[in-house]
Amino acid sequence: MMLTLTDTEKSMLAGKQGRAVQRAMEIVETLGRVYGASRLLPVESVQVAGVSYRNLGEAGLSFIQDWASEGARVCVPTTLNPAGMDMRDWQRMGFSAAFASRQQATIEAYVSMGIQPTCTCTPYLVGNLPGLGEHIAWSESSAVAFANSVLGARTNREGGPSALASAVCGRTADYGLHTDAGRRATHLVEVRCPVHEPHEFAALGYIVGKLAGNGVPYVKGLELSGIDFSEEGRSALVDSIYADSFKLLGAALASSGAVALYHLQGITPEARERKDLLLDKVIKVTVDSLEPAYAALNASEQVIDLVVIGCPHASLQELRAVADAVEGQTLSAMLWVTTSRQVKDRSVELGYVEAIERAGGMVVADGCVVVAPMSELNYHSLATNSAKMAAYALPHSGLLPHLGSLQQCIEAAVSGRWSGCNR
Amino acid sequence: MNHLTCRSIFKGSAEGEALVTEIPIGFLGGVDPDTGIIVDPAHPLCGQCITNKVLVFPYGKGSTVGSYTIYRLKKNGLAPAAMVNAESEAIVAVGALIAEIPMVDQVDTSKLRTGMQVHIAGEELWFE
Repeated sequence: MMLTLTDTEKSMLAGKQGRAVQRAMEIVETLGRVYGASRLLPVESVQVAGVSYRNLGEAGLSFIQDWASEGARVCVPTTLNPAGMDMRDWQRMGFSAAFASRQQATIEAYVSMGIQPTCTCTPYLVGNLPGLGEHIAWSESSAVAFANSVLGARTNREGGPSALASAVCGRTADYGLHTDAGRRATHLVEVRCPVHEPHEFAALGYIVGKLAGNGVPYVKGLELSGIDFSEEGRSALVDSIYADSFKLLGAALASSGAVALYHLQGITPEARERKDLLLDKVIKVTVDSLEPAYAALNASEQVIDLVVIGCPHASLQELRAVADAVEGQTLSAMLWVTTSRQVKDRSVELGYVEAIERAGGMVVADGCVVVAPMSELNYHSLATNSAKMAAYALPHSGLLPHLGSLQQCIEAAVSGRWSGCNR
Repeated sequence: MNHLTCRSIFKGSAEGEALVTEIPIGFLGGVDPDTGIIVDPAHPLCGQCITNKVLVFPYGKGSTVGSYTIYRLKKNGLAPAAMVNAESEAIVAVGALIAEIPMVDQVDTSKLRTGMQVHIAGEELWFE
């Protein structure tokens, strides 16, 4: 298929709007050719990954600085992924001044392009909330899964540079998950075991991600009560008691596999509205037990020295749940609740942060264990309610993983040991 | 000299010795940007240096931060002379573009062997 550009897009590609816009259009146009798009689409918002200096390195930073100095400015609302540390409290977390200064320079380069330094993997919790059918260009795989599946917005799984390019030229190529055909389900997953608690959604995501790879799973057999669909579909799901579970589910699907969109029968917007979602050659699979996920994500080591809640970044409800659970306790392992600056500020006002810190834990804003330079710190073994965090613990952070419920994680933080039962 | 036509991802001309694999390459964590050496222990080319080679592989895999790894290789003077993919995807295509490394795809890579001399110009590829 031939890619046809509008006159405006052609002038961008020819450099009439400057080298920075030209560079952006070169990236978007190349991806359009590679994936056989026939046109480009305007985007409503962008989420940029490639923020932690640990992953970006000096060359990645210099690329962003060079592009900014050529005049690159975003032309649509654009939010930023987590940094490698809390931008204010990094010293207390134990990171080096050398890392902090390069991380600071990275954020400054992005801010100079007009990007909001939200530093979160949950842009949808801090105001970047696209609507059903809106075309967006997001990176950060867990946010991509949430936006496509729960919000019904449309984005491919962008990388850092391609998302940034879309922010600068305001376009993305029309292929893959931007099209109706690309959003049809490749896998029909029948769940035959109970899935209720958030960490159970995480475990389910880990299993289905392995089965579905980079496909689109359509999941049936989940019984979720208490969602009020009388309102507009989007707010019903985002405001429901399951929002945190969807967040953990999508993050796990995108880490054990490369799933960027899932459908839940009768629940997610397209699964309620479209009748043609299953491909003719859909692959049928069943999930009879969550046990394989717990077996894969629990090391035999019993000692826990770090507990992580907030992968993806914790919501206000999760902060409250942690604050309630640690009330009156003294923790023997370190507890990090990772979240966005906006949610942390609100949690300070509501007293959650004080409750967590009184017990000996920390509420970490802006940062995330997956992208932090954890080798600078002296932790060995972590517990978490996130299958994404557990799956990345060893390969990304050199930490032994344990996956369980929020309650089990808090018990581990108190005792310094993993009980390993009651899952 | 044998000739193949291909699709240009980043236009340019380059020449070098082919380094060929049938296994996809993940650049973040898979290639050391400070040495140009493939360090993924699971990859058959582990221990080989890609610097100044015409790197022939089916497609990229892994983290999208891999595009910046390709850019780092270029900044460090350790990049391949060119890249040839069977079917390119976003990580390597964007990496080639921002690092300005000549790259082509839609090539019958089964014709190419490690050690061959490969010359690329735009949408043409010659080898011997």
